[in-house]
Amino acid sequence: MGILVSRAGLWLVLFLFCFIAMVAAQDSAFAIHMGICALAALIAMWHGVMRPDYARVARGQSALPPADTSLYDDDVIRWATIATVFWGMAGFLVGLIIALQLAFPDLNLEPWFNFGRMRPLHTSAVIFAFGGNALIGTSFYVVQRTCRARLAFPGLARFVFWGYQLFIVLAATGYLLGVTQGKEYAEPEWYVDLWLTVVWVAYLLVFAFTIVRRTEPHIYVANWFYLSFIITVAMLHLINNLAIPVSFLGARSISYFAGVQGAMVQWWYGHNAVGFFLTAGFLGMMYYFVPKQAQRPVYSYRLSIIHFWALIFLYIWAGPHHLHYTALPDWAQTLGMVFSIMLWMPSWGGMINGLMTLNGAWDRLRTDPILRMFVMSLAFYGMSTFEGPMMSVKTVNSLSHYTNWTIGHVHSGALGWNGMVTFGALYYMVPRLWNRPAMYSLRMVNWHFWCATLGIVFYAASMWVAGITQGLMWREYGADGYLVNSFADAVAAIHPMYVLRAFGGLLYLTGACFMTYNIWRTIAVGDQRDEKPLHNIDQNRDKDRPLIGQPVAVPAE
Amino acid sequence: MPEETHNSKRIDEATNTETMGHEWDGIEELNTPLPRWWLYTFYACIAFAVGYAVVYPSVPLLHEGTHGTFGWTSRGEYAAEQKAEAAQRAPMLAALAKTPIEDLPSKPELMRQAVAGGRAAFKVNCVQCHGAGAAGSVGYPNLNDDDWLWGGTLTDIQQTLTHGIRYPGDDQTRTSLMPSFGHDKILTPAQVQDAASFVRSLSGLEPKGAAAGRGAEIFATNCVACHGPEGKGGRQFGAPNLTDRIWLYGGSHEQVVGSITNAHAGVMPAWGQRLDPVTIKMLAAYVHSLGGGEAFAAPTPVAK
Repeated sequence: MGILVSRAGLWLVLFLFCFIAMVAAQDSAFAIHMGICALAALIAMWHGVMRPDYARVARGQSALPPADTSLYDDDVIRWATIATVFWGMAGFLVGLIIALQLAFPDLNLEPWFNFGRMRPLHTSAVIFAFGGNALIGTSFYVVQRTCRARLAFPGLARFVFWGYQLFIVLAATGYLLGVTQGKEYAEPEWYVDLWLTVVWVAYLLVFAFTIVRRTEPHIYVANWFYLSFIITVAMLHLINNLAIPVSFLGARSISYFAGVQGAMVQWWYGHNAVGFFLTAGFLGMMYYFVPKQAQRPVYSYRLSIIHFWALIFLYIWAGPHHLHYTALPDWAQTLGMVFSIMLWMPSWGGMINGLMTLNGAWDRLRTDPILRMFVMSLAFYGMSTFEGPMMSVKTVNSLSHYTNWTIGHVHSGALGWNGMVTFGALYYMVPRLWNRPAMYSLRMVNWHFWCATLGIVFYAASMWVAGITQGLMWREYGADGYLVNSFADAVAAIHPMYVLRAFGGLLYLTGACFMTYNIWRTIAVGDQRDEKPLHNIDQNRDKDRPLIGQPVAVPAE
Repeated sequence: MPEETHNSKRIDEATNTETMGHEWDGIEELNTPLPRWWLYTFYACIAFAVGYAVVYPSVPLLHEGTHGTFGWTSRGEYAAEQKAEAAQRAPMLAALAKTPIEDLPSKPELMRQAVAGGRAAFKVNCVQCHGAGAAGSVGYPNLNDDDWLWGGTLTDIQQTLTHGIRYPGDDQTRTSLMPSFGHDKILTPAQVQDAASFVRSLSGLEPKGAAAGRGAEIFATNCVACHGPEGKGGRQFGAPNLTDRIWLYGGSHEQVVGSITNAHAGVMPAWGQRLDPVTIKMLAAYVHSLGGGEAFAAPTPVAK
């Protein structure tokens, strides 16, 4: 009872704190944000007061009936799955809108829905909301099953989920209101950053202590990747967002770093957001779901070790390749480039380990659309991790930098690798999390697969053409030694590519609509579509349980 | 500890490879050695990285980074490229500098180079207002036609470029100011309407009816000083020709009424303050070449 009261009291204090900040706010955006925070604190307090079973409390028992410890703690994972689908749809839709805005500028609706505000809304929605929820959900799913232990700190795990959603809402509304600190992929202002820090530390605690509680002697490779992702993102987030608020009651802040140092720190952050959020985290996902779906052993344990440590060590130095031919000192540019080149093989280690895990199961690609999704994801991973080091070479970069080639590169990684591996993981988890024999329709998974794949092809190909066109037009000199094209000439030249790119995005979104319907139908109705069957792997429900009553194992060796 | 997690190394049938003997939620790992091609490519990348780092600046020291084998710097490379480029252009620029713009038409090769240079300079400095194709837009003149406000010979254009139009801080800037007839109550709103009808009738956009007739009188008293008795404009004031169908601020009745009510006074920077004389000469040659450039008045025949 005491803990109930003190928790509710804590939320009340937070509510009052936010309410006062709202009233005293110096700008309307900050007032709106504090209003949202106050509302969130109020909901948390109401939930904390209404949820307990007071009859039990009166009998001197715990406030809630004890959880069924013979099963994994999957509530948060179910929520995160739904959140992943929701934010994914939102992010893809905004992506399509901004693609159309670039092709048809009249679609910029001032001031809230212009490209400048919608673009961070898109990037944050897909990376942090869609990707972030996928990572939180799958990491909790994977860590429990590969440790054969329930989540440590179940209450904190729930806080992580809801706290993260609050972060997303604050970030997204902030962009539309014009609140930004102007750092790519780190746009949210100081108070949102502080909140995310609290949530992230809670995430680290839940994840790390679940590993500590494991009943397996060794830590599975997926968990190394997840753990490195959580720790490194915490470090990146803290350092890049060091800032001094202009007022503690206002939305603006001044970055601690200035000039070329600021640029360097920003791209150290930005590149490793790709490296640890979108690569290491998703490799963790890959290392669990690919062998599970393929029902095959991981190709090479040794390769996992070597490529994990090589990746972790090399990635962190590659950021300067975002600042080639700028005020950044030449030595830093050189290091950024050579570390990127050395990163090629460590990145491919993950692709090899994933693809070769299919040895002995390649025939299943004909009949298993979920496995097909994972394989396509790994193929795009391999492609973009070759393209990245190539684009970091200064000679190539002098052509590709600032062009749409870069946009094409990130999207072959984001749509192909991150998107496809997430879709595959969702299709794997949903029937298991909601106790269904299979997805509503595996054929529909196949439609999703083809829409997404074609969409990425349109997207990446059009952006390659657009990027190289821009790069060549910008540098074209006539025989007299003068530039041939003005900037606007290059813009006009790539207009058809912008339209094709938007079409690719539409295809990708269409595929995601199939997924949304399929997942909704599986969860809400739970029936099976009447269709020609495809390969569906068996679920071994009896084994999908934590080992209970076992002493916490001391790691061997 | 359940049996299967310990000492369960076995040979995987499909790949004929030994497993590691661990198992997590049914996932096993094979003890496959590192693929050789992977390992050697990794080594090769590392070797390339080390070599590259020796040749190029790479290691930060106390005060500055290492210089690399050849002392290469990105700034140095840029400066060298600029120098080579400048050396290539130097003779042409020197020739342009000492050739008065009036003499350019008699030197076709130099004229061609000036136009090429002007086209590049135009893309950097002028497209923001006049558009990439120099076609202008509302308030910014089209430079492709032969309708000139301040004159279309090479010297006229050079003068306009150097000193700008209504540009504060340049004594020789081209200047004029049309009164805001409506706003300043010089004309009543009805008179403004009539004047607009007359102006539009000059180019056949409105019939020469009663309104235009009343407007003609208003025009005669208020406008002819600058726009001339026939409305053909005057270049000493940059007064537009009103008899053609080219409109700087739009030719609809409302737009003409707007222009008479609140007169426009467009500004162009004095580029002489920013660009060197040779670049301005090149820009003048380019703008002149766009299609509407006017020839110099035929020289008066020298009496023999």
